[in-house]
Amino acid sequence: MPKPLVKSGAVIDGYTIGECVHAGGMATLWTVTHPGIDVPLLMKIPRVSEGEDPAAIVSFEMEMMILPRLAGPHVPACFGTGDFAHQAYVVIERIAGTTLYKRLPDLPLPYDEARQLVAKIATALADLHRQNVIHHDIKPSSIMFRESGEAVLIDYGLSHHNHLPDLLQEEFRLPYGTAPYMAPERLLGVRDDPRSDLFSLGVLLYFFTTGERPFGEGETLRAMRRRLWRDPHPPRKLRADYPPWLQEVVLRCLEIDPAWRYPTVSQLAFDLAHPDQVKLTARSERLKRDSLSVAWRRRFNLGAVQPRATADVAAQIASSPILAVALDTAEGAPELNEALRITTERILATLPSARLACVNVLKLNRIAVDKTLDEQGSNKHIDRMVALRHWAAPLKLDESRLTVHVLEAVDPATALLEFAEMNSVDHLIIGARQGSFRRTLLGSVSAKVASEAACTVTVVRPPRMATAKPGAGVVWG
Amino acid sequence: MLLAVFSDIHGNRQAFEACLKLARAKGAERFALLGDFVGYGADPEWVVDTAMQLVAEGAIAVRGNHDEAVNSTTESMNNEAQIAIEWTRGRLDVAQRRFLAELPMLVDEKERLYVHSEASSPQRWTYVRSTTDAAKSLIATPAHVTFCGHVHRPALYSMSVTAKMTSLVPKTDVSVPLLRGRQWLAVLGSVGQPRDGDPSAAFVLFDTVSCQITYCRAPYDVATAASRIRENGLPHWLADRLSQGR
Repeated sequence: MPKPLVKSGAVIDGYTIGECVHAGGMATLWTVTHPGIDVPLLMKIPRVSEGEDPAAIVSFEMEMMILPRLAGPHVPACFGTGDFAHQAYVVIERIAGTTLYKRLPDLPLPYDEARQLVAKIATALADLHRQNVIHHDIKPSSIMFRESGEAVLIDYGLSHHNHLPDLLQEEFRLPYGTAPYMAPERLLGVRDDPRSDLFSLGVLLYFFTTGERPFGEGETLRAMRRRLWRDPHPPRKLRADYPPWLQEVVLRCLEIDPAWRYPTVSQLAFDLAHPDQVKLTARSERLKRDSLSVAWRRRFNLGAVQPRATADVAAQIASSPILAVALDTAEGAPELNEALRITTERILATLPSARLACVNVLKLNRIAVDKTLDEQGSNKHIDRMVALRHWAAPLKLDESRLTVHVLEAVDPATALLEFAEMNSVDHLIIGARQGSFRRTLLGSVSAKVASEAACTVTVVRPPRMATAKPGAGVVWG
Repeated sequence: MLLAVFSDIHGNRQAFEACLKLARAKGAERFALLGDFVGYGADPEWVVDTAMQLVAEGAIAVRGNHDEAVNSTTESMNNEAQIAIEWTRGRLDVAQRRFLAELPMLVDEKERLYVHSEASSPQRWTYVRSTTDAAKSLIATPAHVTFCGHVHRPALYSMSVTAKMTSLVPKTDVSVPLLRGRQWLAVLGSVGQPRDGDPSAAFVLFDTVSCQITYCRAPYDVATAASRIRENGLPHWLADRLSQGR
């Protein structure tokens, strides 16, 4: 292996080395400049000399493979890589500010601040999972925030890419990572389950809202293995005012069996965005850990609860989408609402981990001041929520898979598009208003939604109306 | 330079034509053929003629066990393979048989090594089915990348300097960087008789500068290839399995 060529002022492949800004156990970070690139840059260089941890090389190889493939605001942009044959490096965008690690003295954070913070991280992580990458080292020092607010995930040395060789799979006998945040299945050698990141994010949420790490700081394998059978203290035991919805979310992330956690990080982000819609179960009420007898049964039946990892990250995410159905419960024709329910039912039948958001737009007047109460004096908002739940009842969905939302907006199409965007909706189902005077006058909501949405849109019509009026089915309502 | 590598063509003209066309369309400038030109399929003459032409133009070619069986009766094979080889023997002329007989067991380009089965003892036609098999082959050569076929199922293995192995079932059309500092064994799927459940013809593209490997699939006219097998009185299973990719 050639000696590192790096020192201040040196030039490597057109990059001029500036100052060393960080010297960690595995790598050093240098500011660099390049004539063609006008964003702040960092060059990361692995420690490869005699006596260094062999993990430094392998994890650097993983970063060299993964970073150039990632895109979007939630990852550092990668500008180049250099080979071990000459001088190994990666050049990435230098993100301003510090990592979330700097917030540790402020813990515990106010609940709502922690909720918003973790929601942003969940959005970033969902984007990473969509790019077939499991991070495997989610912790405060791996998380930064852009000035525009988006969370950025850094450090991919322990990551797994579903389409690339996993160089860490056989490299180490013991799981490699950060002990307090490591998911239990990692201790069993599982590296291809994206729900391991969900667990780590749950640890972070627990820590940031209680000030305590749910599994302590133990670094020994024995201490780490306890989490395979011993559940953490419920946060309410530590803070009496802990909101039940938040405990529900945290403990669901920290389930020992990945199958009991959220199926995807997108679904976690959805709950964090709508705390009032979180379905509370026995989890939210707990004040104590599982009894010792339950824990011991888990401990000695480990073989029975060993998680079976899904082979394909993308397939697992695709099987757990967020569906939204846009309903007009007030003025919508009953036949159309029935057709919407049948279509929704068929889609849900193929996707047992999908969740459904039923959305209604309460149209506001452009000029007149809207009253919350209608002529009969009842609350329009609540009436609509009740109507949405009534519509969904025949679907017999588990309550944790169903949410209802009433949006108040002047323009229903824009409101629906925003809802889909903000909540990472994967598939939007919407009815077409048939040949009405209103449609001609006001333009078509479903046409605008179908043409402008970033997700899949299904436009539903009642079965008979298409034939009853020739040509009626040609134009979306 | 973009290198296209093909293995286990097995007399399947339609599959080989489709692969060559797709590889050229993707910019392949050089070709390597990893053996088993004949056996199973009904167009051995066309396949061997095409291979001879490519070799004359600079392509790399190595010998497979079916190519060897055309010229010797010592190689033991299953019944259907044996029937197909005996039929093939009668179809090839002297020049075509000589071409197969004179193929080298492996071609070593220092950086890259080409072999039909694996590199530790190519004449034993061992299948690479596990990281242990792959390790045996990788230890036998200093080459950065070894290309082989023979198992008809794509796989990609690597070995680190500390002899730690990784394995991957490569995803079609996703390029993988073959990092320097470790050795790689690229096991190709088959052009003419895929057995990984995907009936389309398999080949590989390798960029010799960036060291990126891409496993590719070419859909081809399976029905014609299968009916050619039936028309020529070869065992029907050899035709049926093409549409199943098994």
